[in-house]
Amino acid sequence: MLGWLWIIPALPFAGALVLALFGARLPRRVSGAIGAGSVGLSAVAAGLVALNFIGSGSAGGLSYTQTLWTWLNIAGFRPSISLYLDALSLVMVLVITFVSFLIHLYSTEFMTGDENYSRFFAEMNLFVGSMLTLVLAGNFLLLYLGWEGVGLCSYLLIGFWYREPQNGYAARKAFVVTRIGDTALAIALFLLFTHLGTLNIQEVMARAAGAWPMGSALATLTALLILGGAVGKSAQLPLQTWLPDAMAGPTPVSALIHAATMVTAGVYLIARTHVLFTLAPAALNAVAVIGAATLLLAGFSALVQHDIKRVLAYSTISQIGYMFLALGVGAWPAALFHFMIHAFFKALLFLGAGCVIQAMDEEHDMFKMGGLRKEMPLVFWTFLIASCSLAAVPLVTAGFYSKDMIIWQAYSSTLGSVWLWAAAIFGALLTSLYTFRMVILTFLGPLLRKAIKLPGWRMNVPLVVLAVLSIAGGLVNIPKNLGGIPALTQFLTRALPSFVAAPGRAVHAGLFEIFSGCVSLGGILLIELFMRSGFYQKITESPPAKALHAFLFSGWEFDSLYDLVFAHPYAWLARINRKDIIDYFYTGIGWLSIRAWRGLIATENGRVASFVLAIALGAAIIIGLAVFL
Amino acid sequence: MMLVWLIVIPAAGGLISWMVERINPAWPKYAALAAMAVDLILAIVLACKPASSNAIAVPWIPQFGIAIIFSSDGLSRLLVLLTAFLGLMAVASAWTEIDDRTGFFYFNLLLALAGVTGVFLSLDLFLFYFFWEVMLIPMYLLIAIWGHENRVYASTKFFLFTQASGLLMFVAILALYFLHGKSSGHYTFDYRLLLGTTLSPTAALLLMSGFLLAFLVKLPAVPFHSWLPDAHTEAPTAGSLILAGLLLKTGAYGILRFVLPLFASAVHHFAPIAMTLGVVSILYGALQAFGQTDLKRMIAYTSVSHMGFVLLGAFAWNRLALYGVVMQLLCHGISTGALFILVGGLQQRLHTRDIDRLGGLWSAMPRLGGAMMLFAMASLGLPGLGNFIGEFLVLLGVFQVSPVLSVLASIGLITSCVYSVWIVQRTIQGKNPKGWKPPDLSARETSIMAAMIVLIVWLGLFPQPVFTAVRPSMEWLQQMSKPAISPHRISGPAVQSSMPPEAVRKETP
Repeated sequence: MLGWLWIIPALPFAGALVLALFGARLPRRVSGAIGAGSVGLSAVAAGLVALNFIGSGSAGGLSYTQTLWTWLNIAGFRPSISLYLDALSLVMVLVITFVSFLIHLYSTEFMTGDENYSRFFAEMNLFVGSMLTLVLAGNFLLLYLGWEGVGLCSYLLIGFWYREPQNGYAARKAFVVTRIGDTALAIALFLLFTHLGTLNIQEVMARAAGAWPMGSALATLTALLILGGAVGKSAQLPLQTWLPDAMAGPTPVSALIHAATMVTAGVYLIARTHVLFTLAPAALNAVAVIGAATLLLAGFSALVQHDIKRVLAYSTISQIGYMFLALGVGAWPAALFHFMIHAFFKALLFLGAGCVIQAMDEEHDMFKMGGLRKEMPLVFWTFLIASCSLAAVPLVTAGFYSKDMIIWQAYSSTLGSVWLWAAAIFGALLTSLYTFRMVILTFLGPLLRKAIKLPGWRMNVPLVVLAVLSIAGGLVNIPKNLGGIPALTQFLTRALPSFVAAPGRAVHAGLFEIFSGCVSLGGILLIELFMRSGFYQKITESPPAKALHAFLFSGWEFDSLYDLVFAHPYAWLARINRKDIIDYFYTGIGWLSIRAWRGLIATENGRVASFVLAIALGAAIIIGLAVFL
Repeated sequence: MMLVWLIVIPAAGGLISWMVERINPAWPKYAALAAMAVDLILAIVLACKPASSNAIAVPWIPQFGIAIIFSSDGLSRLLVLLTAFLGLMAVASAWTEIDDRTGFFYFNLLLALAGVTGVFLSLDLFLFYFFWEVMLIPMYLLIAIWGHENRVYASTKFFLFTQASGLLMFVAILALYFLHGKSSGHYTFDYRLLLGTTLSPTAALLLMSGFLLAFLVKLPAVPFHSWLPDAHTEAPTAGSLILAGLLLKTGAYGILRFVLPLFASAVHHFAPIAMTLGVVSILYGALQAFGQTDLKRMIAYTSVSHMGFVLLGAFAWNRLALYGVVMQLLCHGISTGALFILVGGLQQRLHTRDIDRLGGLWSAMPRLGGAMMLFAMASLGLPGLGNFIGEFLVLLGVFQVSPVLSVLASIGLITSCVYSVWIVQRTIQGKNPKGWKPPDLSARETSIMAAMIVLIVWLGLFPQPVFTAVRPSMEWLQQMSKPAISPHRISGPAVQSSMPPEAVRKETP
């Protein structure tokens, strides 16, 4: 069965190809069936492969490599198209295929009535195929192919409704900003190949560990460049600016690409290259600091948004910040655990938001919604479950277990510190605040507008399934001190280093859990109190608060800064040099020769007098030269 | 004899096209199509044959040591194959666009193609120069007669640039001829004999400059590029296609075939400058492409950017980079050619190339939209398409020689993304300001695109046949340059990559 590994990415690719070639001529039902069906089959295949892989025992079951063909083979450079399956990629594949299938199913209904129905599924399938290639790649060059492939699909799908110029702008921004990170990653690959002589991921890791001492400059530089690639795709500081705008795409796209899967590619990449990062403590520390800074910065911005999807976008940036923080303190399994749970509840939040937006006739502004609890009970309850999971409501939600693991390990790790812990816990408070602000504005309070459309079964089923997972997903990894078995952590340590606690810090785990639980619940109560008492409205209307509000609303003015420093000067330079300054040199030569020609013509005027004068002058000059030289 | 046929068939096909026009003006295109189809089949057969099986050498003007020497190695075979393929595409793309003096049009088109083929196959420098001119003059006429609004200016500029630099090359050829004759007593233009000429460093530098200038203008490299935007923009579609797809490649071919092996030691001194010019071309071309409002000018400037990779890689003197250069030549020919065909199709339908008047055409023209998107992605080097292989190998190879230049050139990956998505935005996406609803690609245009898409994807996923085909040529080229390279400069990385991992590990501190 493991020999069928290639079928997992091949199925969505085949779906994309069929839809791209014949989609326009197929009836919608068929297009939708191909789109969702190919991913569904891929999920089934992934499940079977997983059973086989886990069942193959602990001895031989550490990894499985499948080489499909040699991509190229020149002068010692021999990257192959090969797939590599281990615990890390298996968890990624399972989550990706399963969540993708649910979102595809949802989309078959959500996109009904769109004129480009089959193009939508072609691009979504292409995305799933590329994402699976990314996580299964056994070679950095193939990983890079998947990496760029998901970037392309993200670009295509953000700009899916291409007629609106601002959608095109958002799509281009996402593509170009992530491409900056991609270029850093490409340079990292050049460096790895030049110094280690291969791009096979496992061999690179083995050789790096052998050749580069702890903290060596090369290891640090490479790790930082890889980090550059990761922050681009995962929308972390300083390349986070593209994600809020990426919400221009259809909501299922936001759920799949900009929440559940693609944006976590950076987390995967760092986990995949953990050997390199372990060799470069400075770079690993940078990962933690970036994660902590991003989670706070995005949390603040999420607190003031009006657009329900932008709240979720900033929330995604913030939650991926938690994953980076976990990676940075060496809590590798915790990062993957939070990735998985986040994929469930954030996909659910987006899908719920999609139902709300359709019900509100494409209205995104939460201040124009309200009281939808009675109108859309199923959407409300599933959305509430996902929100609780996001806000990490203690004990009952999966988000509690995954986030609390990160918060606790940010402190107790040998690489952790009280500062990182403080950032994480404060971020948790922010999360509760912005999440329940969103819930209250959208679903509670007076009914501002009636829902015009209720979701059908193809949209409801994914909501329910994801809601169950947002609660029950935590069961796979319940910490020992709460009487559970951390099964996922144990499984992941087949591929990732296990977490190392600092001596002396790992004592009061229970106390910390109670505290973070209180923070989560306290945040919910606080925002409820604020909003109900009108205090919230009051403070947001004072002038300094307004300025602060505008500052946070804009995402800390990063866009203005980058426009000022990069985008505008580049566009300006391109505009003023449109006629190409270098060409002036050549047209100048042309101009000069025409002038010279005119000058010479002027001497050829047929008047004897001027000829005589010229002869006389010439003679005088020659004689003069002869005499004086 | 096959090599001769490869040149004679397009030339004869062109003549026949010209003549049958008198009988029926609709016939020339069929004659041209048939000739190029036969040519393509021959080129495929040639590419499949074992190497060096069919060189030809007959005296032409023996008094001066001029001979007709045709030979083909992996590199020239691939480029001849590209010529035949793009030639066929060019004929097909002109099918409905050209309705004025069709016979003479196809005559010029096919003669230019014959000239290009001759350039790729000649190993006698005099003959090489002859073909260099043969491709120039028909090209000049194609722009001057069938071009767009500003065609006289553009064609004159094209002619002056190419002719002036070509004459410098001719002077250098003659100088090489005499220097070799003087030192060996044997006056000849035979490339294979001239290879061994020993030159004083100054003479080598001067002669190299003569050759190189002609090739840099053709390539083109900044600052010798400014003829190109005008020529590409004003030429008819088929003209832009073979300009970008083939004529630029002759510059690159000249560097690989003549400059590097003939003047290895001078090249060594000049390499840092050439590579810097390459990086400047990459970045400057991309910036300029982004700033244009004329769609064809935009694509023309992207060529400057892409050919910068070729210049950078050719002078890096590294195996990976050289392979990358070959791949980049093929893929740029296909991807940029395809973009010119698409824009030509748009212009034929809408009579404008102004991006302010275009936009939002995807719904009306889904097939054109899909092809435009795909080739824009090829242009920005998306993995899975051939251009990626070329650019990645060049950057990887250059990194082993000069990390700084490689990193600077990598910025080109970002700037190419900027202009590519801008092209997409201003043609098929956004609002449709004029409410245009042109017909989508016809069956003919769709088949052209299908052929080009299949090729570019194939080159992206299975590029190895290309590398296998050019391996002997590349190894030979690398061999020729041995004395030129100071030991530490190349042997470091090149040896490293072929060493077993244990050795690598020990070497790195």
